[in-house]
Amino acid sequence: MSRLPFAHRPARHPLGRVATALALTAAVAVTASACGGTTKSSTDAAGGQTAATGAANPNAATKTGLKVAFLPKQVNNPYFTIADNGGKKALDALGETYKEVGTSSGTDTAGQVSYVNTLTQQQMNAIAVSAQDPGALCTALKQAMSSGVKVVTYDSDTDPGCRQLFVSQASSEALGRSEVQLIAKEIGYTGDIAILSAAQTATNQNTWIGYMKDELKKPAYKNMKLVTVAYGNDDAQTSFQQTQGLLQQYPGLKGIISPTTVGIKAAAQYLSGSQYKGKVQLTGLGTPNDMRAYVKDGTVSAFELWDPAKLGELAAYAATALASGQITGAQGQSFKAGDLGSFTIGANGVVLLGDPTVFNASNIDQFDF
Amino acid sequence: MTTALGGSAQQDAPAGSGRAGLLDQVLKIRELAIGAVLVLMLAATELDNGSFLSVQGIKDLLLNASILVLVATGQALVVITRNVDLSVGSVLGITAFAAGDILQGGGNPVLAVLAAVGLGIAFGLLNGLLVSIGQVPALVVTLGTLYIVRGVDSLWVGSREITANNLPASYSGFGHDGLWAIPYLGLLAAAVLVVAALYLRHYRSGRELYALGSSPEAARLAGVPIRRRVLTAYLLCGALAGLAGALYLARFGNVDSGTGTGYELTVVSAVVVGGVAFTGGSGSVHGAALGALLLTSINSVLPAIGVSSVWVLAIDGVLLLAAITVDRLTALRVARLLRNRAAATRSLRDHPAQTRSLRHG
Repeated sequence: MSRLPFAHRPARHPLGRVATALALTAAVAVTASACGGTTKSSTDAAGGQTAATGAANPNAATKTGLKVAFLPKQVNNPYFTIADNGGKKALDALGETYKEVGTSSGTDTAGQVSYVNTLTQQQMNAIAVSAQDPGALCTALKQAMSSGVKVVTYDSDTDPGCRQLFVSQASSEALGRSEVQLIAKEIGYTGDIAILSAAQTATNQNTWIGYMKDELKKPAYKNMKLVTVAYGNDDAQTSFQQTQGLLQQYPGLKGIISPTTVGIKAAAQYLSGSQYKGKVQLTGLGTPNDMRAYVKDGTVSAFELWDPAKLGELAAYAATALASGQITGAQGQSFKAGDLGSFTIGANGVVLLGDPTVFNASNIDQFDF
Repeated sequence: MTTALGGSAQQDAPAGSGRAGLLDQVLKIRELAIGAVLVLMLAATELDNGSFLSVQGIKDLLLNASILVLVATGQALVVITRNVDLSVGSVLGITAFAAGDILQGGGNPVLAVLAAVGLGIAFGLLNGLLVSIGQVPALVVTLGTLYIVRGVDSLWVGSREITANNLPASYSGFGHDGLWAIPYLGLLAAAVLVVAALYLRHYRSGRELYALGSSPEAARLAGVPIRRRVLTAYLLCGALAGLAGALYLARFGNVDSGTGTGYELTVVSAVVVGGVAFTGGSGSVHGAALGALLLTSINSVLPAIGVSSVWVLAIDGVLLLAAITVDRLTALRVARLLRNRAAATRSLRDHPAQTRSLRHG
């Protein structure tokens, strides 16, 4: 369900979720009553089936003073903080106002729905949301759109009918294939490899793994074999133990791909303190700050990720373009995104950020996230 | 009712080492059973996969268990007094960050560990005061502090994180190095365990933890300073959670505001599987440590033999139920044994000639 490289730590304590939900409900109730629950008269109501309706005027001026809210999956999550700050930077540059709200748990869907409702009542011009669940936010988001609020999803999409645009960090295909290309180079296109994923049910990871398997069918990889996929559940200890298990079960293992930021840093920390350091290659999706120590001590030679700051920036530009009437979210329309260049909307209202960035010893110090 | 026997009753039992020994044995069944399951499981895995018990393999098993052993030891002290500390996961998380924050600023590693322990003691003091003076059920109090500490952690830490790059290499090294197959963390956990076991077994205040756990009312009447003892248990538990936090940082090299979330349930599972009864007054810290070792070893065994980790949770659950079943059966058995002994003592008084045959019974 999530497109993040890490499926967020689930609230393992059921009571925790209840209490958070209660606290949030209370908080939201206060906010809602404070603004009287007025609903903006809908001027350009979006249809239920296709979110993208109405005529776009690509030459319309970018409005200023627009109120744009970022609603990440989880506040205080380093990844989203970087993404949202990227959005803030873009909005400040354009002369819009930015705010960030959200739940402190990445799995508090009820809380996220309440935030959407509150933002609708506060008559935001646009919301950039990273959905905790593809379906659960739909009713609230459709209501927001029919009240004239433009909805952009970033990082994690909802069903396409529930938003105008989805700003995607990178195509699943590019991510899956490039990780295989990275490990293949590191092990000289020969030997056994394994994958250390997040949860067995993590759709994003499974999609990427599907492309990895497809990439491995190419003749260039005929001497490489994917022996197994292990699941570390995005928990440090479990990922440690799954890595240990992989190395014990397959003593001839040459490389590990971990397409999750939690998995890769746990695997790297384990490898760096074990006899396997430098003998078993590791790559996957990670953040430069998490991985810096392991790149410097030689445990990891290269890994990749998109730049979350640019993702947030692009989401902000897309939201502004929508709210200014320059685009409506239909396929083929394009908009300008400052330094990032010009972007064209693809099928299903998806805007692709671009290819992932590869980090290694030579460039890692240029990044701080 | 029967639970007091885990502790003081043995010493107070009338002379007759044969009978006391038997009682002792029954009470040790749980520890023995866990030990046997553990040995069988590890041996079977080694047969299946020859590299499982390699030097690195043994070291990993011990490292995986060390942090849980420390927290479970603290938790066992609290559970023995018929209380519980659910805040250990939150305390571990915030102390780990505190230690990281000091190290990040170039601080002394010893100072960082001491700060983590100190912060743990502070939270232990809060829990202990609320439970002992406030006379509020521990489950509710520590559930409250679980959320409070996590909330403070979130506010303080925000989206910051400590990564391996912020830590001195020697500190991370302490998290995975050791003497041959014995990691430093394992040695530290073992030392703490021995001290806690000696305290519980040979010190009056340690014995009193069992006494007040098996019957607070009786303990009060016998002059046990209940509040002070409960406070002590919480202080020790907090200190160990703090120490575990500092070691978590060394071992995993990565801490954020979510570190340790849900850990309290793992800790409580380890303690219960290890035979520390939730009704208080029974069990031992080495039982809890064995429980921790068993639970973490299962997580290592399954991947080593190629079984999906999806099974881990279900197996942990079965073990919990098995532990409680053994617990209950032992309690019944001890009750019967006591009744028999009481009857025997009576008949001994009446017919001294039977002494010899009883000894061998």
